Amino acid sequence: MSKQAQTLDYIEKLNKDVFDKGNAYEYAKGVKRGLSEALVRQISSDKGEPAWMLEHRLRSLAEFYAKPLPRWGIDLSGLDFDKILYYARPGEIKNRQDWNDVPEDIKRTFERLGIPEAEKKVLAGVGAQYESEVVYHSLKKQWQAQGVIFEDMDVALREHEDLVKQYFMKCVPYSDHKFAALHGAVWSGGTFLYIPKGVKITMPLQAYFRMNAPSMGQFEHTLMIVEEGAEGHYIEGCSAPKYGSQALHAGCVEIFVKKGARFRYSSVENWSKDTYNLNTKRGIVDEDGIIEWVGGNMGSCGTMLYPCSILRGRRARADHLGIAFANAGQVQDTGAKIIHAAPDTTSTVLMKSISKGGGVSVYRGLLKILKGAKGAKSQVRCDALILDEISRSNTIPDMQIAENDVSIGHEARVGKIGEQELFYLMSRGLSENEAIAMVVNGFIEPIIKELPLEYAVEMNKLIELEMEGAIG
Amino acid sequence: MLAIQNLSVAVDGKEILKNLSLTIQPGKVHAVMGPNGSGKSTLSNTIMGHPYYEVVGGAVTLNGENILELSVDQRARKGIFLAFQYPKEIPGVPLSSFLRAAYNARLKERGTEALNPIKFRKLLREKMNALSLDASFMNRYVNDGFSGGEKKKAEILQMSLLEPRIAILDETDSGLDVDALRIVAEGIKKTQTPERGTLIITHYQRILHYITPDFVHVMINGTIVKSGGKELAERLERDGYDWIKKECGIAPENDNGLKTIPAAA
Repeated sequence: MSKQAQTLDYIEKLNKDVFDKGNAYEYAKGVKRGLSEALVRQISSDKGEPAWMLEHRLRSLAEFYAKPLPRWGIDLSGLDFDKILYYARPGEIKNRQDWNDVPEDIKRTFERLGIPEAEKKVLAGVGAQYESEVVYHSLKKQWQAQGVIFEDMDVALREHEDLVKQYFMKCVPYSDHKFAALHGAVWSGGTFLYIPKGVKITMPLQAYFRMNAPSMGQFEHTLMIVEEGAEGHYIEGCSAPKYGSQALHAGCVEIFVKKGARFRYSSVENWSKDTYNLNTKRGIVDEDGIIEWVGGNMGSCGTMLYPCSILRGRRARADHLGIAFANAGQVQDTGAKIIHAAPDTTSTVLMKSISKGGGVSVYRGLLKILKGAKGAKSQVRCDALILDEISRSNTIPDMQIAENDVSIGHEARVGKIGEQELFYLMSRGLSENEAIAMVVNGFIEPIIKELPLEYAVEMNKLIELEMEGAIG
Repeated sequence: MLAIQNLSVAVDGKEILKNLSLTIQPGKVHAVMGPNGSGKSTLSNTIMGHPYYEVVGGAVTLNGENILELSVDQRARKGIFLAFQYPKEIPGVPLSSFLRAAYNARLKERGTEALNPIKFRKLLREKMNALSLDASFMNRYVNDGFSGGEKKKAEILQMSLLEPRIAILDETDSGLDVDALRIVAEGIKKTQTPERGTLIITHYQRILHYITPDFVHVMINGTIVKSGGKELAERLERDGYDWIKKECGIAPENDNGLKTIPAAA
């Protein structure tokens, strides 16, 4: 009895306040809440966009109004579209190349998140999105010389319009679902990456996103084009401070992996607990190409996120690795979608979820093998760890297999922290909280070890900091 | 000194240990021997504080302090160590991280500052060298994919690092081939200190060929029925347990598992 109470006490203390501290900021522009055609036109004219982009925005808006809310996944009834701030930008903050030019309060936010430190290390470039505009962006010169483009999306649209036009929302069309349509209408900022043929970037490129206005939506667009034989790794983290009203994140990530190219996309999403995270991420992989998704979902009140790989070239490969962490009041509805559209394509999925304090984690997966994708191979494994009696975990795998000559494995495990494991660890002098934290860290280790160090540290920090507090 | 006085322990309301008394002295090696099901593992788990075992009577004190009120980790930090018969696997946790956390927990208890990872790794390497363990061992996940012998060696490594006052070795010899048994037994001997009281719990006496016990206690039906020196272990090896049962008026069993408890006992 008392043991159970102790476990719950530990869960109570394990929260993310450490990341949920906002800094006050004066918003130069008073943009109205709610969505309208006028707002969409204003965003486009503010940014000085070409006509085709405005047309795309307006078509998307019409689609958004026409499409119903999804009838599956998380409960979206608390989402009030009229109360959301769809577009905002901090006053006078423009693209800056020098850290010294970044305003002090923004610096403090980044420092708390470890950004400058990370920059000093091995990172190739830092694109930090503050509100809807990038305030700090740098790229190592050697890659610039090789033709690599690593830019804020708004800048990319101005300076590389043809390239953007060729790929923008071609992987995730605005007609895909209601939130893709919303994104198409009000998208702002984000990251554009172009790696030319044969160029291999060995260090990870990084961007950090952060929402800081009450009820502010974030609709950043990430577009990455990895040409034939090129290689790269992009990583982004998101953290939002805590405010009293709902915010919405409906970003979009599109990745094109060309023949023989290889790309890894890593993200740590740590939205505050009043944010709905309805993000769409998708990659198209050509012959002999490889896409790798590494993701950690730790925040938000509700997440619906299923990174998708379309394997359209022979021998294309996708690896999906993910962690979802569902705390009190949170639903983490995450998973992976893989479409095998060519012969000898391969995919692997390893998802780990942790539920506690009444949190709900869902693995929702789609594995689709089209007719003709002979020799396709897929391995899916999802492990769930439930830390108490009041939390839940669900697994909803969907398989649509239209080819006989394929190899498929699906494995799902649900577990609790065993009394024997705790007894063993505690018999060496670790407190119950330390023992639980150790088992949890071990559980997510296979994913954590795939992240660059700073991100791995941030992912572990939450648990460890709170553990210290719980013992003291 | 660990003193167990009239200890009675129940599991699911059924009494497994009955009025057991035993004193483990500093610097001495005690062996508790007994047939399967006699309650040997119940004894070791109860001393360590496993919540599954309910103490219904008696006392256990460490240098005069009652430990039955302490949690498992408090007992560990006071210097009680249990080498498990079946060490648990903790996937994803490197042995070195686990041991550093355990070591620093011990230091904290004594009011000493924690060792940083570099100093700790140096210490761990020394301990591993002494036990002829390969350096790669520390980066492996705790007991995950370890062979039976490796698991037992890892237990002895932990004992050598944590320097307990009371070490309980629960069937450490089980499941080991002769070579592994020799290495493990030598490891136990090598890490023995003059202050440490050691309790070896075993079904067979073969580990006692390598470690000479100062005292041998025979446990049957949840209590110590006979104590003596190392010659007692030799006689058990030669003659089995039936002569003791007869001496104590316990009905002989038809198999080696004492699942039925005679009404007379």
